Amino acid sequence: MNANATPTNPERTKSSGKQGQGSKLLQTLLVPALAVLTGFIIGAIVIALSNDAVIVAYRNFFHAPGAALAATWKAISIAYGSLFYGSFGSLPEIYRGFQSYSATGNSKALLQAIYPFTESLATVTPYILAGLAVAVGFKCGLFNIGAEGQFGIGALTSAFVGYSIHGLPWYIHLPLAMLAGAAGGALWGAIPGLLKGLTGAHEVVTTIMMNYISYSLSNWLLNGPMKAPGFRPLTPVVENAAMLPRFFPAPLRFNWGFIVALAVAALVYWFLFKTTIGFEIRAVGANPDGARYAGMNIVKNFVIAMTLSGALAGLAGASQVLGIDHWVGQGFSAGYGFDSIAIALLGQSHPLGVVLAAFLWGTLRSGATSMQFTAGVPIEIISIIQGLVIVFVAAPAVIRWIYRIRAIRTETTVLTRGWGK
Amino acid sequence: MTTNLAQNNQKKSTPRTRLVSGIVLIIAGLAIVLLFGRNIQPGLQSTFGLTPQGDSNVIPIPDLVLPAQPAIYVLALVTIFLGAWQLARGIRSTNLLVGLVAFCYVAAFLVWAAMGRSMDLVGMMNTSLVRATPIALAALCGVVSERAAVVNIGIEGIMLLSAMTSVMLASLTHNLYLGLLAGMLTGMFVAALHAILVIQFRVDQIISGVAVNIVGAGASSFISNRYLQISNTLNNSGVFPNLAIPGLVKIPILGPVLFENNIMVYLMLILVAVTFVVLFYTRWGLRTRAVGEHPKAADTLGINVYMMRYVNVILGGMVAGMGGAYFTIGSVGRFDKLMTAGKGFIGLAAMIFGNWNPIGALGSSLIFGFADSLQIKMQILSIPIPTEFLQMAPYIVTIVVLAGLVGRVHTPAADGTPYIKQ
Repeated sequence: MNANATPTNPERTKSSGKQGQGSKLLQTLLVPALAVLTGFIIGAIVIALSNDAVIVAYRNFFHAPGAALAATWKAISIAYGSLFYGSFGSLPEIYRGFQSYSATGNSKALLQAIYPFTESLATVTPYILAGLAVAVGFKCGLFNIGAEGQFGIGALTSAFVGYSIHGLPWYIHLPLAMLAGAAGGALWGAIPGLLKGLTGAHEVVTTIMMNYISYSLSNWLLNGPMKAPGFRPLTPVVENAAMLPRFFPAPLRFNWGFIVALAVAALVYWFLFKTTIGFEIRAVGANPDGARYAGMNIVKNFVIAMTLSGALAGLAGASQVLGIDHWVGQGFSAGYGFDSIAIALLGQSHPLGVVLAAFLWGTLRSGATSMQFTAGVPIEIISIIQGLVIVFVAAPAVIRWIYRIRAIRTETTVLTRGWGK
Repeated sequence: MTTNLAQNNQKKSTPRTRLVSGIVLIIAGLAIVLLFGRNIQPGLQSTFGLTPQGDSNVIPIPDLVLPAQPAIYVLALVTIFLGAWQLARGIRSTNLLVGLVAFCYVAAFLVWAAMGRSMDLVGMMNTSLVRATPIALAALCGVVSERAAVVNIGIEGIMLLSAMTSVMLASLTHNLYLGLLAGMLTGMFVAALHAILVIQFRVDQIISGVAVNIVGAGASSFISNRYLQISNTLNNSGVFPNLAIPGLVKIPILGPVLFENNIMVYLMLILVAVTFVVLFYTRWGLRTRAVGEHPKAADTLGINVYMMRYVNVILGGMVAGMGGAYFTIGSVGRFDKLMTAGKGFIGLAAMIFGNWNPIGALGSSLIFGFADSLQIKMQILSIPIPTEFLQMAPYIVTIVVLAGLVGRVHTPAADGTPYIKQ
């Protein structure tokens, strides 16, 4: 790689110094880890403040301070405990399940015990792909807030191919449905990319508008052309041949999509860091003026990056449809857009980082349902924690200020630009 | 670091583009005939009500009755004529041209939609103004903070939070004005956080704004789920009543459109005027714009750049807070999850369309408001177009506007970049 075109690219500074690799890695991981920790601490405060028992206990704090603290601890530990259980299950249960399986050959207890963890992995799958989508945008200096719309459109197109074609063998039908999802998302992402390149319309606003358009479009499709017979606005169930095979019997939904997502992450790494186009995309992201001087076509790179970004988001939608739900309903893509932004930021836009961040996020989301059920904490607490994590990851200075850490190296990564400049 | 793409793509009025746009216009004119002019029974008339029904304040004037088919043909001819003129002589002002053609299309559509029945035109114009109010307030927030070079994309989140706090306080105290105050203070508080993050900690402005949106949406939904949906005492405030301004309301057409609204609409109009004057005719405004265009020069002349930015962002937050309050205590009296539905972002588009000028922002907000009210009207008239497509209209308009205009507007030069004092 030649060094002169990407002066501000963090990867270059990272790979250039061989010495102190370990401490640099630690430093890279430290801020995101502390950001997540801080997010959870503030989340805990919110949980405590919104708990009636805690508020009552604090009313007579001066008579029984111990009771107030105990109530606080109870509220937080129940909420986060059920979150953790919902995400990973419990080790003793898995152990007992395994024992009974090896003793009697009855797998029921084991499957039940590993259900939370496999469910988390199933939830992680679309997050990996959607997080990669946003990360690719960031690498080109584009802020794709439209992952949600691209996800939804990808889900619809893959479902359409999944249910409307009959009689194909799985090795044709499944890839076809996945590709259809990617193509749908790619189309939805390419439009803002083209607009950005040709007219300078800022992708943040256009992708958000594309999201709203996709909601209306999918509402129309689900109530009209793609509606399955019946009352509810759902698509028909996709053909068996188009489903991603599952590893375990129902109700466990962990499937091959996870492997596909990991493979795609590796592919994206290869594309971004080992190919010329990937290099160009990163160069345009790091310094568009420099890239233009070097003879790169900025518009082309914007369009490629947004199309790829959209395709990844569409693939995420496809993996959710073909692997988990097998049909599309209303509000299918809700939340994936902002979740994937958080994942890309947390993963520092690096494919490996994205996979790790998606793992964290997916397990959280998967456990949050059980937290809402057991502890009565609304699921939106996750959004609050998530927004805080984004702030802290984007503002390492805040984290350093809170925890009194000195900065080892200063890096400035320009992620976005002003309006159409 | 800027890409300067827009400058490269700025359209110049070369003979070739003139030729192309002229032909496009003629085709557009023919399209009007094809879209709206076919299959019309010759005798059909479109009636547009100019006096609100059952409104005793207004001096009644007769309805506007147009014969449908000739009206559509005339509008199509106007478009074709404009195209021909463009081919022959060239029209200097592109904006005027686009505006005229857009008007022809909208008018033709309205005539077609109102064919054989009556459409309350004045009511629709009033709905446009009312629907434009939160958009204009969001746009105004954008203008105030971006003139000082701070991009605030978190307006949506600010509006959600202040919509919630205003309805809560108004319901608790049974005082709508206190609710409005709560909304504005919430906006101020959140904007101050954004300002600290981007000015003090130099967080990427867009990312900080997105985080504000996520936290705003998350926190307001959390509180809504946890408290507001359970108890009605926190979520039932009533709304500001309509105040007819004596005398002025009697003016035909203008009266019922402008002078018979609730206090928030008037406040919005006053704020637009005040912001315009302050921004362009006071020392404060000059300093704000200096900080937005060339902070270093402003700093050299002794202007406190950070201070100007803080104050502008916080003032903008108060305006956005008012816009948020509109959603609850200005229109429905209760808070529902994610009720702003992208109006904050549409406000940003209105700000860009309005060229970072308060009056322009109001004008473009009115266009979005009109698209919105048109959509509602079409649903009521049960036009044979799926409602979902009508719901897309404001968002598509936003994209078209952004794509068509960004290259031709003047962004504050330092917009979105942090200032590092040496």
